[in-house]
Amino acid sequence: MSWISNTFSSSIGRKVLVAITGLFLCSFLVVHLIGNFQLFKNDGGAAFNIYSHFMGTNPVIRTLEWVLLLGFVFHIYESYTLAARNRAARAVAYVESRPSQNSPWYSRSMALLGTIILVFLLVHMYNFFYRARFGDLDPDINNNADLYTLVYSSFKQWWYVLLYVAAQVALCYHLIHGFRSAFQTLGLNHRKYTPIIRAIGYAFAVLVCAGFAIMPLYFFFFKPELAH
Amino acid sequence: MAGSNPNAKPMNLTLKVWRQKNRNAEGGIVEYHVKDISPEMSFLEMLDVLNEDLLHKGEDPVAFDHDCREGICGSCNLFINGRAHGPEKGTTTCQLHMRKFNDGDTITIEPWRANAFPVNRDLSVDRSAFDRIIQAGGYVSVNTGGTPDGNEIPIPKPIADRAFEAATCIACGACVAACKNASAMLFVSAKVSQLALLPQGQVERKTRVENMVAQMDKEGFGACTNIGQCAAECPVGISLENIAILNREFISAKATSNNLA
Amino acid sequence: MLPDSKIPEGPLAEKWEKHKFNVKLVNPANKRKYDVIIVGTGLAGASAAASLAELGYNVKAFTYHDSPRRAHSIAAQGGINAAKNYQNDGDSVFRLFYDTIKGGDYRAREANVYRLAQVSVNIIDQCVAQGVPFAREYGGLLANRSFGGAQVSRTFYARGQTGQQLLLGAYSALSRQVAYGKVKLYTRTEMLDLVMVDGKARGIITRNLITGEIQTHAAHAVILATGGYGNVFYLSTNAKYSNTTAAWRAHKKGAYFANPCFTQIHPTCIPVSGDYQSKLTLMSESLRNDGRVWVPKAKGDKRDPRQIPEDERDYFLERKYPAFGNLVPRDVASRNAKQACDEGRGVGTTGLAVYLDFADVIKREGADKVSQKYGNLFEMYEKITGENPYELPMRIYPAVHYTMGGLWVDYNLQTTIPGLYATGECNFSDHGANRLGASALMQGLADGYFVIPYTIGDYLAQTPPTPVTTQHPAFAQAEAEVRERINKLISIKGNRTPTEFHKALGHIMWEYCGMARNAEGLRHAKAEIQKLRKEFWSDLKLTGTNEELNQALENAGRVADFIELGELMVEDALQRNESCGGHFREEYQTPENEALRDDENFAYVAAWEYAGEGKPEILNKEELQFENVKLTQRSYK
Repeated sequence: MSWISNTFSSSIGRKVLVAITGLFLCSFLVVHLIGNFQLFKNDGGAAFNIYSHFMGTNPVIRTLEWVLLLGFVFHIYESYTLAARNRAARAVAYVESRPSQNSPWYSRSMALLGTIILVFLLVHMYNFFYRARFGDLDPDINNNADLYTLVYSSFKQWWYVLLYVAAQVALCYHLIHGFRSAFQTLGLNHRKYTPIIRAIGYAFAVLVCAGFAIMPLYFFFFKPELAH
Repeated sequence: MAGSNPNAKPMNLTLKVWRQKNRNAEGGIVEYHVKDISPEMSFLEMLDVLNEDLLHKGEDPVAFDHDCREGICGSCNLFINGRAHGPEKGTTTCQLHMRKFNDGDTITIEPWRANAFPVNRDLSVDRSAFDRIIQAGGYVSVNTGGTPDGNEIPIPKPIADRAFEAATCIACGACVAACKNASAMLFVSAKVSQLALLPQGQVERKTRVENMVAQMDKEGFGACTNIGQCAAECPVGISLENIAILNREFISAKATSNNLA
Repeated sequence: MLPDSKIPEGPLAEKWEKHKFNVKLVNPANKRKYDVIIVGTGLAGASAAASLAELGYNVKAFTYHDSPRRAHSIAAQGGINAAKNYQNDGDSVFRLFYDTIKGGDYRAREANVYRLAQVSVNIIDQCVAQGVPFAREYGGLLANRSFGGAQVSRTFYARGQTGQQLLLGAYSALSRQVAYGKVKLYTRTEMLDLVMVDGKARGIITRNLITGEIQTHAAHAVILATGGYGNVFYLSTNAKYSNTTAAWRAHKKGAYFANPCFTQIHPTCIPVSGDYQSKLTLMSESLRNDGRVWVPKAKGDKRDPRQIPEDERDYFLERKYPAFGNLVPRDVASRNAKQACDEGRGVGTTGLAVYLDFADVIKREGADKVSQKYGNLFEMYEKITGENPYELPMRIYPAVHYTMGGLWVDYNLQTTIPGLYATGECNFSDHGANRLGASALMQGLADGYFVIPYTIGDYLAQTPPTPVTTQHPAFAQAEAEVRERINKLISIKGNRTPTEFHKALGHIMWEYCGMARNAEGLRHAKAEIQKLRKEFWSDLKLTGTNEELNQALENAGRVADFIELGELMVEDALQRNESCGGHFREEYQTPENEALRDDENFAYVAAWEYAGEGKPEILNKEELQFENVKLTQRSYK
């Protein structure tokens, strides 16, 4: 099967993998965001905990979880491989370089933005995913694991909120470039559609990231003490 | 009136020029001062002045590539003040004129930097990697003679025009020089899309893109991350659309060709 | 003694067909036993290299550029002529032949020009098949435009970049053969001498421009496709590296140099702006379709051109040539511009420019329409001069553009040295005393794709297919001479740079052997050049060594050859006591100041033979026979 490995280890092949996994992860963001809107329901976390219980136990979701994991792994691995290769392609750096005059900073900083997101992801996964799945959470009134309380207490810490908001800003810029870049990599660049794709990319990045960022801010600033 | 402008004041400039004896030598920036530079001069004419000066002083002149000095041969390739071909958009180094600079300016001049473009000397680099990419498939395999009449296959004007626009690439290498990743995708895509658009290019369409991309990777260029620095600095305006076409051609060739390698 | 020009017998239209049948063939299995060296990879060289490799010959191709694609063919703007008659406007092979002969002021060989017109149609087919994106009509068929010197539309083009597209086509064909291993490509390698064995061309000596390594290369035949020598004038529209060294070295080994004084001056170039000027840029001739050429009536009138009222302007071309106006041929337009400037009515700081004014057409058709036609040219002009031609008239001045002269070749494109061929601008063959627009590309590709593949076989078939090596003492001797010359250049250690000598030469050539020449001036120039040559070899300044990338050293070698060629050009201009095409002798003009040809005494090709160091060159004459066209005096009144 050498042609397959040759294809996907070529510069374009790797980019295609990054693009496909990137778009797939975008779809995950939408699902994740919609689910998380349960946090805004004023029911002491009951709906959110039902949702998280469903996500943690449903066999379809549990299967897709592995697909998602693969998506992340490929996206991160291929991106880092490419970034390393690209860095190596210019062993001697320019004495003076003014890239800001020909391109936006975030397009040149995808690896850095991705790394910030990755750090966030690890913290986020440990704190919520790991503890919900394997951890020690108390049951809520419906006897579901009370993830909501954990979210609440986490989002009451300023440094945690700061990390989340910063990560969403990074994600937003990552998406502004990544979304349209994925279509370009997959070969879609057309004078009719490219402006539309760019507009959707902007809107998608801003709305999704704003949606995620509002959650910690809402808890930190507006949510009263829990009535336990 | 320039050229006949009595108000155009001569300039004195400080040049920080990359000097490197040969491919394997250590290089570094050396500072020079040039005086009485007319704003009407081209950038290369300003370097001519420096070189005549150096020669008179018994110092080695600065080696740089140039030839036609009218923006079409693609020889000139200077990285000026942190930009490929300098500050003016859509312009080769030879068409950049000193009126774009001011008296007292310090100008940094470096060669293109990419592993695939090793430095020959000073500001001259070896771009033969581009030739090898074309040799890998940037042609239509027709021998001389025996070709059909030029009007045998009509080509819609919009297609012919787009193919022409891609074909105007001068292979200067500014795309590689400007790209953060030192990627040659814009160069490769220009040739691939020219021939993919034209009916004459259809016969070898799949093998062409497979072989050219393989050679591009072999030469040690970086991968494209769609930043767009290449197109922004391209002196002849090759568009990013060509890179999308290249991606598309590559994906579909890999998926459907009979090539098992 | 000039050898036979080998023009085939028979009617004009059948000569080439007959000749192709009569030449000897090399059988396909034997072709791989022959090595051919091709120097230069422009249109003529790349097309020949690709075509010969396709036939099976082993080709070694040499270029001093970093890539074959940088050859100066790339800069040709306008187009390429071909007698396709796609426009149904009465074109034919004979008409293209006739226009070319007439345009060349009856100083070219009928048989060669007719063959050129015949194969012109194949060139277009070949280029289209290679994927050259010629301009097309909305119906998808090829578009044509008209060009100077013709009454039909036969010029194929790719916007203003026809040369680029054709060269990239030939380059792609060459690249394909490099990939197949049939062409071995030597880039950044300059030919410094020709090697002769037993009176035949057997190889070349080269210098690697990066390392300075001197190499020897052997082959059964050598083709020079090294372009023209316009840079003898220092300032020209040629690329900076364009030079005569390969052709001149071959000349000194025995190849005759034909009509060296035939140079073409193009009327519409951007004028010189100062002493530092390194080259001149052509503005397409098409601008004269709408631009009006003028100078102030009064001498030394330095007012802003917009402030000069109509009745104080002299539209001298419209005044003198009411029938053709601003569209007179290149040589006439150039000479009149020079005349106006000589009278002290030139414009700009240097006084060496005339106005090309678009105010009328902008007023008549609107800036938008004008921009559609000439937008890219106006942009280029503004980039170089910093002036906006929509507001201010352009300033233009004539500049050296093309050299019709070159190595003498017979009908087979073989020089007077057996086994040495010359193609493209490097030879003298097809343009007579003046080249028509869009004919240079045609000739380069005709020679490379469709002539040399046939004619070189005739020679090779008569050469034993035994391997050639560089073991013969002639190689060692030629190599030693090349080394000695380089060492000599480096060891002079004088005070003047190669560029300073080049500028001095250019000044002499332009003053006395440029647009207008006279016997007194030419004699003066000859003495000046001889003096300059002595100074060169005693006062040249170089740094560094041979064993490195040394651009000043490269340049010095080329300038040395230009100085020698310059003297021959002057000599040639001096012996041709007539005016024809690009050669205007002030003593020979009609009462209306037009060129006065002397067909009685000068209907010949002047082929110069090198006689040895310090001896005058020997003039050989090839009488031109005109059996198919009638010689007439041109008039554009």
